[in-house]
Amino acid sequence: MNGSLAAWLARPQALLRIVLPILLLALGIFAWHLVVAINDIPPYVLPGPMLVARTLVADWPVLSASLAVTLLTTFEGLALAVGGGIGLAILFNQSRLVEYSLYPYAVILQVTPIVAIAPLLLIYLPQQAAVLACAWIVAFFPVLANTTLGLNSVDHNLVDLFRLYRASRWQTLRHLKLPAALPHMFGGLRIAGGLSLIGAVVAEIAAGSAGAGSGLAYRIAESGYRLDIPRMFAALMLLAATGIVIYFAMSLISHLVLRRWHESAIAREP
Amino acid sequence: MASPAPILTLRRVGKTFPNSVVALDALDLEVRDGEFLSLLGPSGCGKSTALRLIAALAEPSRGEVVWRNGESEPSASHTIGFVFQEPTLMPWATVSANVSLPLRLAGTDLHAAAARVAQMLDRVGLSEFASTYPRELSGGMRMRVSLARALVTDPELLLMDEPFAALDEITRFRLNNDLLALWQALGKTVVFVTHSVFESVYLSNRIVVMTPRPGRVFTEIAIDAPYPRDESFRTSAEYAGYCRKTSQALAAAMAQEASA
Repeated sequence: MNGSLAAWLARPQALLRIVLPILLLALGIFAWHLVVAINDIPPYVLPGPMLVARTLVADWPVLSASLAVTLLTTFEGLALAVGGGIGLAILFNQSRLVEYSLYPYAVILQVTPIVAIAPLLLIYLPQQAAVLACAWIVAFFPVLANTTLGLNSVDHNLVDLFRLYRASRWQTLRHLKLPAALPHMFGGLRIAGGLSLIGAVVAEIAAGSAGAGSGLAYRIAESGYRLDIPRMFAALMLLAATGIVIYFAMSLISHLVLRRWHESAIAREP
Repeated sequence: MASPAPILTLRRVGKTFPNSVVALDALDLEVRDGEFLSLLGPSGCGKSTALRLIAALAEPSRGEVVWRNGESEPSASHTIGFVFQEPTLMPWATVSANVSLPLRLAGTDLHAAAARVAQMLDRVGLSEFASTYPRELSGGMRMRVSLARALVTDPELLLMDEPFAALDEITRFRLNNDLLALWQALGKTVVFVTHSVFESVYLSNRIVVMTPRPGRVFTEIAIDAPYPRDESFRTSAEYAGYCRKTSQALAAAMAQEASA
């Protein structure tokens, strides 16, 4: 892994892909700093980058506790979405009747804006459960849709081969359909990771209650009420960083699983 | 050579697809024990459909497929080996995992399966590629893996659906030679579908020439040249003679469609 990573970094293209965004980020932060400094903008309108960084450090005890809450919800939501999405996709694949009956409702769940569902869920469920349900609802559909697509896009000749050798349903699923669906599944997982975070954030904001169990999104809302704009920015940065880390984590898992065989994961000569 | 008992007979077999295309119409065919039989015809003459009917991957619309034991389907899952037009390997599995698939599906003991797989890979000359993934192999090597997989269950009947059509000529000649060597060594019955006159003459004991749309047997040509056949046969006058005769038969079969 280390060897291949080093080789990858040695290619000028790859280096540019890392250096350029970082350079642009540095420029953006510098411009931000200049705008704030030159126009003497007060921090309750727009805090400078240094102040945001200082706030991030100073408020770390509060923010890190909230980060932990949001992360936990996100991953629980994602885990449930992956389990439920893949499980339901397999069920759909095994039985047309189940698919025809349930698929429209999966779509309805997906197309109804989560912001509109969250307040309702908060009435019927305890807060933590409602937040989790929101994360699950938005993350669930991409896993289901992609896995379903994957399970249905198996090479027809391979299906014939399995029929020729009189493979059981379970054998066909285990040895043929699931492996063939893996690339699609990971595509869904990558989307679901980000969406799960969004679902958690939406529900936290809708819940809007303070206390020990409040997540990052609640911190943003709370700081807004108090005009503590630097903390708003700090919490927002943490949320963005969380989203990025989740995305890369999913991409890395996908790469590690598929690198030996799938076209998407294989580096080509330039 | 006296014709040995058929291991399988197709009686007046017809196949009409749901879009009402008649792929096969009253096909009569005997597959004899131990022979190398080629089905030769233009594309769309239902040769591949005939193979799928034999393999019980499709049901005949009319007529019947009868096996030696009187059944309409092969008696066991390992009776038939099938090589498709494409290598049809599982890209996520190594070469040895691909070859061992039929044994795993049949629930063969792992230890016995591994020995059998190693033996087959050795037969097709791929021993050192056992833990390679299909994408790292050339087209010809992938076909060899496919052939090893078809033979790993020690089937009675090997069905091949234009297996070498997508390969370059050099690779195809080499695979033809290797296939003949395997056929002689293992004593299998082979039904080989092709649209190449030269390939069918080189490989077969017997060629069945088929008419296009709907597919039917036009004529049968026995190739009595002795085995082993090699490059000297490929360049002999005898080979050229058989090729001419077969080409003329194929042209006549195709003219039938034009007049029909």
